[in-house]
Amino acid sequence: MLGEIIIGIISAAVPLSITFVLVGLGEMFNQRAGVYNLGAEGIMMVGAFIGFYVEYTMQSGPGSSTLGMLAAIGVGAFMGGIMALVCVTFKAEQGIAGIALYMLGWGVAGMLFRVYIGGTTTIVGLQAVNVPLLADIPVLGPIFFSQNAMVYVTLFLVPLAWYMLNKTVWGLKAKAVGTAPMAADTMGVKVDRTRIQCVVLAGAMAGLAGAYLSICQTHMYADNITAGRGFIAVALVYFGKWKPSGVLFGALLFSLAHSFQRSIQVYGIDFPYEVAVVFPYLLVIVVLAFSGRSNIMAPAALGKPYYRELRD
Amino acid sequence: MGNSRRRLQELTFNVGLTALSLLLALVIGAVLFLIAGANPIKAYGVMFTAPLEDIFGITEIFVRAAPLLLVALGISISFRSGILNIGGEGQILVGAIFGLCIALYAPPMHWSIMMPLIFAASFAGGALWGGIAGWMKAYLNVNEILSTVMLNYVAIQIYSYLIRGPMMDKQEIVYGTGASQTARIAREYWLAKLIPGARMHSGMIIAVVLAVIVFFFLWKTIYGYRMRAVGAEIRASRYAGVNTRWYLLLAMLLAGGFAGLAGAVEVLGVHHRGLESISAGYGFSGIVVALFGGLHPLGAIPASIIFGLLIVGADMMQRAVHVPAYIILAIQGLIILAIVSSNVFITKKGMRAKMVKFLGKATGRK
Repeated sequence: MLGEIIIGIISAAVPLSITFVLVGLGEMFNQRAGVYNLGAEGIMMVGAFIGFYVEYTMQSGPGSSTLGMLAAIGVGAFMGGIMALVCVTFKAEQGIAGIALYMLGWGVAGMLFRVYIGGTTTIVGLQAVNVPLLADIPVLGPIFFSQNAMVYVTLFLVPLAWYMLNKTVWGLKAKAVGTAPMAADTMGVKVDRTRIQCVVLAGAMAGLAGAYLSICQTHMYADNITAGRGFIAVALVYFGKWKPSGVLFGALLFSLAHSFQRSIQVYGIDFPYEVAVVFPYLLVIVVLAFSGRSNIMAPAALGKPYYRELRD
Repeated sequence: MGNSRRRLQELTFNVGLTALSLLLALVIGAVLFLIAGANPIKAYGVMFTAPLEDIFGITEIFVRAAPLLLVALGISISFRSGILNIGGEGQILVGAIFGLCIALYAPPMHWSIMMPLIFAASFAGGALWGGIAGWMKAYLNVNEILSTVMLNYVAIQIYSYLIRGPMMDKQEIVYGTGASQTARIAREYWLAKLIPGARMHSGMIIAVVLAVIVFFFLWKTIYGYRMRAVGAEIRASRYAGVNTRWYLLLAMLLAGGFAGLAGAVEVLGVHHRGLESISAGYGFSGIVVALFGGLHPLGAIPASIIFGLLIVGADMMQRAVHVPAYIILAIQGLIILAIVSSNVFITKKGMRAKMVKFLGKATGRK
């Protein structure tokens, strides 16, 4: 019985963590390049709506989930482009610009939802599938081999992100412009161009993360579907010390705690609903309080625009 | 060539640039209206003129402007001190809870004692909520944007728990209607109505007086000077012997306190009780107002009126052209993006020179 509960908790935590991993990996890239994007939450909202809307208009036909997620990637990259234009090209204060992007995404998603959908509607979305044979393995089967396809894709993205960041020229450039932009510039690295690429990539990832929420996780769209997950992911990047493995670890740990708290309700241990809802946010505050010191690990030029022509 | 003339030129440039950013944001916003299937010109027309057509529209602008101005004052203080406080929404709610506790449960008193008490409680509530983030920023080096966002979510849950549970109006249970709201506050504690029949109350007067006080505080006292110094260059301030941690905390205490006052104004002036949608996104709109007002307490006064107009206009626009008022949130986001993008031309002299040169070329003058 207890074993079943534990497996249940873990296998529920894995799909929950995917959203955080997707946004978190993207956010890690742009923070490594020196830009921090708090608009991820807004991008996710729009991504969640667009993904949902594409599948909805195609009446969940074949390939509609994939197309929905691709559309969300596109719209996310576009919004990332806005962020890049404002923060990299125009050197705006990144924190404020991020909040503005959040408001923009929130407003656009809320407006589009009311104009084009209106009420609660569900879609088929991407359902969990049992991998033949492997799903029957005790313990590991339910945890790793009876999930939706995006879980596997995302778990594959973690080592890919590590490889891109540490073993490719582009990744090294991204780290260089986030740590010592002037030195990178002197060596011929295009600081602004690299930063823009990272911010757009992160936007695309955030869009996909939003679509994951609507298509793979909830199979619907609702106002405030993201519920702060974009901000939580930013906190997880701090917690994970700007490493792909750290982001994955943080996301799993967070989702595990979340899933644990959910399941003790399911198994009849009663505590007030409000406490349950507040729990993840309090958890993030506590995590932030303890990882505040890890700020020394932050990319040195994080949040600082780079003025090529100006020295003041 | 006096110094004053150059300052005037600078001011004209800054104001012109801000106006230009607003215009640009509205043009991009027009695309959103097209996506929503409405005629943007008609929509903007309703938004900017309909509230001005009658006395009720005009008074309603000030109903919206009062909480906006109060929040914006707090935001200006915190941004000037180098803290990006976006926890206004949560601070408003906690301020409202504290104020409601006094207004509903304290023994009856003369209004001249009671109302200052309510305001003080709301200020303390908001300050508490802002102070948590400020303390975490100052002593634990926690990113204040993330902590204030999380505190927003927590405050929303606490607030709705209280008005659905312990603080719910007993009559709602008796009548079985079960609306999630508190009991009504005694009439003598309401903010005075300025015009019979309209909702406009004295909250705006309080807010304007406070704006002047904040101006003096920030620019004419040593505390304000130090806060601005901490915001401008924290390491230099520390080197000069300023207790930077204390001033970071103080900035958030004040920012939260002013947002808390906005909660009190909404409770005492508009709703006269605690109910679900007590803050119509003022925590976020207050940021737009503060930025639009140049993070200056006096600049925030006209800015709050402009955005009050925009919010009232958005409601009227929703009825007239059937585009959800949500669009105003997106447009406010666009306005901030445009303002912060143009800011670089104000603060960096080199970029500014480039811009002036570009403008010169574009208009064919030198």
